[in-house]
Amino acid sequence: MRNPDGFPTKPWLSQVLAMAGKRNPWGKPQGDDGSGSDGGDPDGAPSKPTADTPPPKGPRNPWLPPGRGGSDGGEPPRRSASIEDIFKTRGPEGPRRIGGGGGGPNFRLPERANGKSWLPLIALGLAGLWLVFTSTHQVQPKQQAVVTWLGGKYSHKLGPGLNFTLPWPIQQVTVENVSEIRSVTIGGEGEKLVLTGDQNLVDLSYVIRWNIKNLEQFMFQIDDPELAIREVAESAMRAAMAEQELDQVVSGEGRAVIEARVASRMQQLLDAYRAGVAIQGVEVVKADPPAKVIDAFKDVSAAQQDANAMRNRARAYAQQVLARAQGDAAAFNQIYEEYRLAPEVTRRRLYYETMESVLSKTDKTIVEADGVTPYLPLPEVRRRAVTPPAGPAAPEGGAGR
Amino acid sequence: MNAQAIWDTHKATIIAVAVLIVAALSTLIVVPETQQAVKIRTGQPVAVINKFEPDTPYGQTGAGLWYRIPMIERVQYVDRRIMNLDMEPQQVLSNDQQRLQVDAYARFRIINPVLMVERAGSEETLRAQLAPILSSTLRQELGRRPFAALLTAERGNAMANIRTALDRQARQYGAQIIDVRIKRADLPDGSPLETAFTRMQTDRQAEAETIRASGRRDAQIIQAEAEADAANTYAAAYGKDPEFYDFYRAMESYRRTFEQGSGESTMILSPDSEYLRQFRGQR
Repeated sequence: MRNPDGFPTKPWLSQVLAMAGKRNPWGKPQGDDGSGSDGGDPDGAPSKPTADTPPPKGPRNPWLPPGRGGSDGGEPPRRSASIEDIFKTRGPEGPRRIGGGGGGPNFRLPERANGKSWLPLIALGLAGLWLVFTSTHQVQPKQQAVVTWLGGKYSHKLGPGLNFTLPWPIQQVTVENVSEIRSVTIGGEGEKLVLTGDQNLVDLSYVIRWNIKNLEQFMFQIDDPELAIREVAESAMRAAMAEQELDQVVSGEGRAVIEARVASRMQQLLDAYRAGVAIQGVEVVKADPPAKVIDAFKDVSAAQQDANAMRNRARAYAQQVLARAQGDAAAFNQIYEEYRLAPEVTRRRLYYETMESVLSKTDKTIVEADGVTPYLPLPEVRRRAVTPPAGPAAPEGGAGR
Repeated sequence: MNAQAIWDTHKATIIAVAVLIVAALSTLIVVPETQQAVKIRTGQPVAVINKFEPDTPYGQTGAGLWYRIPMIERVQYVDRRIMNLDMEPQQVLSNDQQRLQVDAYARFRIINPVLMVERAGSEETLRAQLAPILSSTLRQELGRRPFAALLTAERGNAMANIRTALDRQARQYGAQIIDVRIKRADLPDGSPLETAFTRMQTDRQAEAETIRASGRRDAQIIQAEAEADAANTYAAAYGKDPEFYDFYRAMESYRRTFEQGSGESTMILSPDSEYLRQFRGQR
């Protein structure tokens, strides 16, 4: 079952190639049969169908026009294709059963020049590779590794650098990133309401930063260290929040205290569990009033602004009043100085100036009062007020006389 | 030299190796550092491998390669680490009739694997047995306290009591409770939460109104002070000669009223008026 080029020929292959002949469902012409079976084994399986043997009742080609059957020279009508035809010629049992064994025990490796097998060399090479790859371990600067015997008993720890152990599976190595600081965010998506000491609610989100301080403890002491960190964080955070009032939390003045307390409490608890975890820091990312009452909280700061605005307006008004008082007083003082020098004259002057300025702009009617009760036609007075002032000025003068 | 030849020459060796491997696989066990193993011989626990001892450093605990007799001995692994016992969130009624939704966790470790295997069977069963005990002790203990105390430092004391009570039960299963902590204590959804929101809201509204009122008060004070200052300034100036002030202010008032005041004014003057004194000629 070997071709000249040394490759074993699978009998099913030749069968498939032969199928490219007339029974091929794609309807290749019958004349190509020869080339189809060229690659095949000359002493192939006895049952192997070729063009020379009488055609078995293979599946009918559904794409050929029905008339072609007649022109093929009285070939008996073929049955329809069935799914079994496919499996009969493929898969391990089909052709082998027919062809009498494929590769199987007759398969042979290529040989070395001196006729010996490559097998020992390959085995040796594989063993060497196994040794090299499973007994040298490069540990990166941030990492540490734990070595266990057969995955069970703890042996020792590997630091950064190139390390050697016994090969797998005698010693097994688990590498872990130790000094890298990892962070866990708690809260953040959605509202996470926490009760404060004065029984108010705060929407809280915070970040825990931690790293591994003792790798054996981290690996062997707690079943799920990250879950433990989360739960310890929640517990410590709630305890710390319950010691603070809402205003201190929201305004931020209490945050530093909270962060420090949570970090130390977490460390205390985790050390009590011997979790091998170092808490590097706790940061409150968000501490807001709940969404439902945030408007009321905003209104408080708006009220602060309003109050300041009112004070500012009052101050502005006060400055105006004061400045005017000072101005008025200063003006009076100036005049009064003059008045004291010549009281009568100044008084007269002021009187006349004022009257002049006042009366020059108003309508004037002068009534002789002595003995005569004047009849005042008020509509007449009003009419005159509307007419140009030049007109009534003359009769007034006359009336005055 | 092919597979057939190898098989023919080394048939005995290959069979021996295969038998050895099978025997080794069914005899040898590897106990990891994270597990304890109970060796059960025909239903009877006979030995504990890698039992938890608090102060033994890793590497000397007894983990590693062990053997058992196939078919007769069976090995059951029990976790050696500190495990988490989670609880369904519980509504707790404080002694002042306030409701609080409490979520707690406990940490435990199996210190007597034989007892654990006998009484509980597996970690999962143990958890299922302990969880209801945890929630009922929690409710009992917290129900004795007022609501405010649940939130504050007294928590530590309550937690210690719960831990002791739960530990007493857990010891029967060979487990030790290391810690019990409340991780959430929330107001339950619905009316308790709503009323809390309303309280917060009204609290803030009151604060806002107080701030506005104090702003208004300050503004009034500032204005009044300014007016008092102004009056003082006026008094200091005008008080020097009230009679002249009367005249001076009257003059200013006339100007304002007739000159700058809006609306036309018509004056009807008597010839006797002071202004027209000269108008008549000196009498």
